[in-house]
Amino acid sequence: MVKEIEKVMPVVHLATVVPISKTVGANRIVPAIAIPHPLGDPTVNLKAEKQLRKDLIEKGLAALETSIDEQTVF
Amino acid sequence: MSIRVVHYLNQFFAQKGGEEAAHLGIEYVENPIGPGVQLAKMLEGKIDLVGTITCGDSWFNENQEVACEGIRELLIQTKPDLVITGPAFNAGRYGMACGNVAQVAENLGITTISGMYPENPGHAVFNPYLYAVETGNSAASMRKALPDMVKTVEHFLENDQTMGLPEEGGYMPRRVRVNFFAEENGAKRAVDMLLNRLEGKPFTPEFDMPVYDRVPPQPAVEDLSKATIALITSGGVIPAGNPDRIESSSASKFGIYSIEGLDRLEAGDWETVHGGYDPVVCNKDPNRVAPVDALRELEKEGRIGKLHDEYFATVGTGTPVSNAEGFGKEIAMHLQKAGITAAIMTST
Amino acid sequence: MKLEVGDIHVDALEFGSVSTVEGHTVSINREELTSYLKTLDNRLTSLELNIARPGESVRIMPVKDVLEPRVKVEGKGAIFPGIAANGNEMVGCGRTHVLKGMAIVTAGKIVGFQEGVIDMSGPGADYCPFSDKLNLVITAEVEESCTPHEHEAILRKVGQETALWVGRMAKDVEPHEVTTYETKSLAEQVIENPELPRVGYIYMLQSQGLMHDTYLYGVDAKQILPTLLEPTEAMDGALTSGNCVAASDKVTTYMHQNNPVIHELFKHHGTRYNFVGAIVTNENVTLKDKERSSAFTTKLASQLGLDAVIVTEEGYGNPDTDLVMNCKRLEDAGIKTVLITDEFAGRLGESQALADSTDRAKAMVTCGNGNPVVDLPAMDVVIGHLDTTDHIVGGYEGSLHEDGSMTIEIQAIIGATSAVGFHNLAARAG
Repeated sequence: MVKEIEKVMPVVHLATVVPISKTVGANRIVPAIAIPHPLGDPTVNLKAEKQLRKDLIEKGLAALETSIDEQTVF
Repeated sequence: MSIRVVHYLNQFFAQKGGEEAAHLGIEYVENPIGPGVQLAKMLEGKIDLVGTITCGDSWFNENQEVACEGIRELLIQTKPDLVITGPAFNAGRYGMACGNVAQVAENLGITTISGMYPENPGHAVFNPYLYAVETGNSAASMRKALPDMVKTVEHFLENDQTMGLPEEGGYMPRRVRVNFFAEENGAKRAVDMLLNRLEGKPFTPEFDMPVYDRVPPQPAVEDLSKATIALITSGGVIPAGNPDRIESSSASKFGIYSIEGLDRLEAGDWETVHGGYDPVVCNKDPNRVAPVDALRELEKEGRIGKLHDEYFATVGTGTPVSNAEGFGKEIAMHLQKAGITAAIMTST
Repeated sequence: MKLEVGDIHVDALEFGSVSTVEGHTVSINREELTSYLKTLDNRLTSLELNIARPGESVRIMPVKDVLEPRVKVEGKGAIFPGIAANGNEMVGCGRTHVLKGMAIVTAGKIVGFQEGVIDMSGPGADYCPFSDKLNLVITAEVEESCTPHEHEAILRKVGQETALWVGRMAKDVEPHEVTTYETKSLAEQVIENPELPRVGYIYMLQSQGLMHDTYLYGVDAKQILPTLLEPTEAMDGALTSGNCVAASDKVTTYMHQNNPVIHELFKHHGTRYNFVGAIVTNENVTLKDKERSSAFTTKLASQLGLDAVIVTEEGYGNPDTDLVMNCKRLEDAGIKTVLITDEFAGRLGESQALADSTDRAKAMVTCGNGNPVVDLPAMDVVIGHLDTTDHIVGGYEGSLHEDGSMTIEIQAIIGATSAVGFHNLAARAG
């Protein structure tokens, strides 16, 4: 899926299982937290969790702003 | 007892004319024509060639959807046990039409045998649907192609109307995986393979690891504060009640949902149908999989120009790569039309 | 460690006024067992026992788990150690009796998406390794206030207690066939057969969440570090299934009790190799856990001096990464691997079959493609609930037809493609 989108525009893949993301060929990869909650962590309080989520997205946005020549895990 | 066969031919082999007749639409006649006459003769007593569908190559390819629907209706009416198409040799548009016919037939549970030159795009594009006998690249090889196709049809008849292995059935490998029941269970086969590996004897793996292709990276986004960003997930977060009936595994579709004006995905309004992970944590706060809340805040803060009003979701688990590629293509088209700058995709 | 497994061959299963095993016939007092099971949890709202026999026009769905009735006759511990009462000793020694040919099947309203189908006849029976068993089916429902996790835990307990209750009937029965399984300590094996290579089994367990867990001596597998297991421990129920993976992929408790890789590896033990033992590892939901477990597994394999291993996977998708990671690390450590997996290659087999990949995998065995659809005709009797067809994994909108027949992906059939190599479904290039 991600590769077809990359053909027309930059896309960042926020994925827990980075090896799969690498194998299927995403170019900009940001490691996420866990499979059932890639952008959350139920063990911390809601405020801290929201910040965590924003930080991960920020990392993804920074990846979109970065020029790359090859597959990169941020 | 002979089986019912319907034959598909293009305008040329149906003896209607060359390029000048390529615009002709679908026609059905209740008798064999052209190469079909010979096939019927060579397979006399074994098949009953009940009719021939003909269509101009240009018309078929320019009106693909209508053409396929027409073929479908004809196959439902004529109820063949087997469809034969071509041979199409290396004629590209003819090969594509033969492939489309095969796909329609496959969806109705009917096998299609064809004849094609290996480089005919109809073979490459439609290989899962088509049992194509290898032919030469032009009609000059008709005299060899027809007996080869006859052999494959005979094999189909002798083999309980199944195709068997490519080398048995005399057709070109379709590059697909086919299930069968082995003599021994998987564990016994694994121990045999282990012994061969340990003892330096040759063995054949039953399966090769997949190879995935690559696409070159897109350039960086220059100014995110003016960019429209779209959110996509394979984590299965969709509106409660699953309006599009997306499957919990092996998804055949994706959904497009409006998140216009939403500050966050509220629990209860949104839920996951993904069958591959424990849904409880996600259902308590769907933003943990589809982070609308954080993206909305970043939009308000001006970090990104806009969060796209349409959000795309499907279920990744057990979903064949071929389906996922199809979703990717369609989503990419939507995004391009909407003038989106970049996308964020989350996966569970 | 030496375990004698005594099989009592069961060829008839019926309800009767007393619960007995006589010759090849198992008779069960339905009321007695039903009322016992009802006492297990006060959140059970209904519980019904039925018998489904091979060849009958019966469909069982949605099925949660399949178990085999066994009982410990000699030796420490109990079947399902860590779970059963008085079960905190190590198992795998002494003598165990088995009611061979029958199985306990738990069914009831859908818990997750990942319950499956067992057809006792027709084309579905070819795909299911439990269609040729005499099945005692428990259909149990719970209070609506139960969470899915609680629901699953109640059904799991009911299934295990039934297997234990029925198993106890075999305690004083003379078995028809006794097989002895023995592995000695690594040191003794090496002294006895120094020239033989050392072989092990990497036993990957699904451990993706509360409803996706497998238990080792009652411990949730997602919380373990990879550890050593004597092969005979599995035969005494050291591993139990409480997970939800696609039905075809699930390693049911029955399959753990009868793990085919363990049985096959025993066949050449002491003659062509030394079967040293199994390393149990998990398939967790974070990359950190995956890497730690894979590294730890490889360390244990090296520590045992293994020359070659068979690796089995449970589930598909992200567990493909655990499989690939284990393969790479083990091969890098000089340990030859044979991997057993199944494929999810699309309905026509047209797609890539695994989510992850490595060129280090040289020897692969496949248990078939789970995506092709099969037409299952209507059955005269349905035990359970047919209306779940469209919602289970492998079903889709329109899977269930008006006449009760269904069109579903093979992955909805219990045990059809299970990658411990239990069934004989396979796939080839075509």
